[in-house]
Amino acid sequence: MDTVAAFFKWLKAAHGINLTIGYDAFDRARFLGGLLATVELSALCILFSVAIGLAGVWLQGARNKWLRGAVYWYIQFFRNTPPLVQLYFFYFAVGGVLPRIDGGPPIGNFAWAVITLSFFAGAFNVEIFRSGIEAVPRTMGEAAEALGLTRAKIFFLILLPLVFRICLPALNNNLVNLVKTTTLAYAIAVPELLYVAAQIWSDENNVREMMNVLLVTYVAIVGVLVHAMSRWERAMRLPGFGQ
Amino acid sequence: MSRPPSPRPFPVLLPVRPPAAIAARWGDCRTATILALASAPLLLMGEALAAPGEAGIVATLWKWTPVMASGFVLNLWISVLAMAIGTASGAVLGLMQVSLLAPVRGGSWLVTQFFRNAPWLVLLFYCILLMPFEIRLGGVVIPLPAWIKAVVGLALPVMANVAEVVRGAIQSIPTGQWDGAKALGLTRLQTMGLVILPQCLKRMLPPWMNVYAILTMATPLVSIVGVQEAMNLTRAALNAESRPDLLIPMYLYLLVWFFLYCFPIARATLWLERRYGVAG
Repeated sequence: MDTVAAFFKWLKAAHGINLTIGYDAFDRARFLGGLLATVELSALCILFSVAIGLAGVWLQGARNKWLRGAVYWYIQFFRNTPPLVQLYFFYFAVGGVLPRIDGGPPIGNFAWAVITLSFFAGAFNVEIFRSGIEAVPRTMGEAAEALGLTRAKIFFLILLPLVFRICLPALNNNLVNLVKTTTLAYAIAVPELLYVAAQIWSDENNVREMMNVLLVTYVAIVGVLVHAMSRWERAMRLPGFGQ
Repeated sequence: MSRPPSPRPFPVLLPVRPPAAIAARWGDCRTATILALASAPLLLMGEALAAPGEAGIVATLWKWTPVMASGFVLNLWISVLAMAIGTASGAVLGLMQVSLLAPVRGGSWLVTQFFRNAPWLVLLFYCILLMPFEIRLGGVVIPLPAWIKAVVGLALPVMANVAEVVRGAIQSIPTGQWDGAKALGLTRLQTMGLVILPQCLKRMLPPWMNVYAILTMATPLVSIVGVQEAMNLTRAALNAESRPDLLIPMYLYLLVWFFLYCFPIARATLWLERRYGVAG
């Protein structure tokens, strides 16, 4: 660890490249904390948005017209409005009028970021799952019905495993987008990667260095994710299905 | 008395329209009306709840509408400029990706992937914080206000996305078209300009419109870096009023503005996709 710190100190002395996260323990802890927050935020949002997508597509198949209409307008509203304004709406407007519990807001900024981004990505996931269900031949569901399976069993045992494999590419695309969208949490002061980087560059006055570190870090995170996902996609591809 | 038949145009001359699209459109209109009617009592309730001596919520929203509109126009202006720059550079980048020269192909692929994988907000910060506030070209000093830097910052991811659209469209053209053009003695440039790209335009239009919608919804990001657009002006209006009961209506109002602009674009994209028969 000392040699690493020595290297970064030399970098600053010799070339004026001031990477405090390399030699300053406090800044490094902050930066790694931000990285962890970004990963946590992403993981939670992915989990909830997939759950919302499944719930939405389930409700879309409901017999009740109003339920279907509600899901449709949920999707359209979240798809066609800016995610940043959604975040402000939930955090400042909805969070602002909620009654306070023990003097503090009942839902913190991290939780609001998870809620908003999950609903935002979830709206896209509903459509992705629906297109996947449409791609499964109808006869598959009919055959299952003929075998006496209930609607829930048809959905979870027959359709979902197929749908999942069919819409994995589109789903991955959306989830990668979601990871990029977690940067918006900066706007409501969630201490994720962008936020801590901004803190570091205002404390240490090394905007150029931190900006480059930030850009490279995000491109690396997303690049690794894209690579892993596309490998997974290839492994899960249904032979003879699609183009 | 029997009604006279409605004067319909001769059906054979009409382009074939998928009935589902029409039904969906009517469904939209009907549900929108119902939603509007349902929200009317809510608005009235808001009016009734407004404290005595304060203007009603609708009246307050109306008062701030010109201010928000001036900000929204800047949002749209930024989106149009960023789209123009992004489309022009993205088209070049996309064409470079199908170049016969391996270094050009590889380099442009790398640039595209880089700007596609970087979050929009980070690219925006990058441009705002690291671009100079003015450039000197010879003796001329060109000032770069924040909103122009923001346009460049938004144009970068648009460029990468448009490049992918262009590359995807070119590669989706059957190779037989290339072979046919070659058999006719066309050069590569002629093949691209006369045979391939004209066929691509149709396929590129829906995803290109999709990129534009995403860009428009990304324009409020420039409020974070201090440009006075609709989002910032809305927050300024809320600060000026400092009434907690305005928070939800005001933010909703702004969301509705964006919705009214982006929803028709999304519907048109879907309609074009179905019409041209290219999915996704």
